[in-house]
Amino acid sequence: MAWGVIVFPGSCDDQDVFDSLARDMKQKVEFLWHKDDLKGSYDCLVLPGGFSYGDYLRCGAMARFSPIMRGVIDFARRGGLVLGICNGFQILCEAGLLPGALVRNAGLKFVCRQVYLRVEETDTPFTRDVKKGQLLKIPVKHGEGCYYADAATLERLRDNRQILLRYTDAKGKPTPAANPNGSLDNIAGICNEGRNVFGLMPHPEDACDKVLGSDDGRKIFSSIAVACARREMADG
Amino acid sequence: MRVKIFISLKEGVLDPQGQAIEHSLHTLGYREVRDVRVGKYLEVDVEAASRAAAETRVREMCDKLLANPVIEDYRFEMPD
Repeated sequence: MAWGVIVFPGSCDDQDVFDSLARDMKQKVEFLWHKDDLKGSYDCLVLPGGFSYGDYLRCGAMARFSPIMRGVIDFARRGGLVLGICNGFQILCEAGLLPGALVRNAGLKFVCRQVYLRVEETDTPFTRDVKKGQLLKIPVKHGEGCYYADAATLERLRDNRQILLRYTDAKGKPTPAANPNGSLDNIAGICNEGRNVFGLMPHPEDACDKVLGSDDGRKIFSSIAVACARREMADG
Repeated sequence: MRVKIFISLKEGVLDPQGQAIEHSLHTLGYREVRDVRVGKYLEVDVEAASRAAAETRVREMCDKLLANPVIEDYRFEMPD
């Protein structure tokens, strides 16, 4: 399968995503510059973390209008897999590919630490390689990761099982103390209704090697790889 | 013409910056402050054939880019 990592001016985790996919997960991956039109055939596009456009105006507000986003949105609408990590999640929300918004951390501090994530749904290409309720230890590093959506949207997310990851303590309980940024309902990651677009604040690419403290991030990438392999088989 | 745009957080969106500022004001002795919400102010200088035309375009700009309708409201003032 082919992965594409979009690079915006100010992206900084594009390199980590590339390295983890290429070196740790042995995947075929390319960088895609934001100013180019989306050309070529990809199975999964990744919007990486960072500070695209300096986070000016709002995080991801301007990146969503980069030339490549026309192709990314089209790709998503046709069912292509899109993974938004941190700033990537912010861009997907700004682009309307995911509901809600990410705002300033409730504690006002930039938080950089390992968190526990409980996997809530496993019937998606992004979480199929994990068991429901399983905990993943993955780092967060952000100042604006507080997930917000109005009451009606939150209810819809719950009803449609679109909440894929929640912040929990080491025992899997979604407590306030386990929530690094004040996100409503301890939401760390969500998917769209079509279950082909996934946004999360934590960084799986920084948890692909035990030397970094955890390799639980591999499970998200392997889920996607398995899902794509099955798609290829199904398409014959 | 110079248009003044005011962008504010919707009711119900947590504003920890506002809370921190309120706390600082209290510490300085301004205990009568009950709430602080932080917003954005933009000055956009537009060329337009008419006031009405400018208003339409500015509204589009706000809807499209300048404000995020999920978390923000906006209003703007045209020059007299």
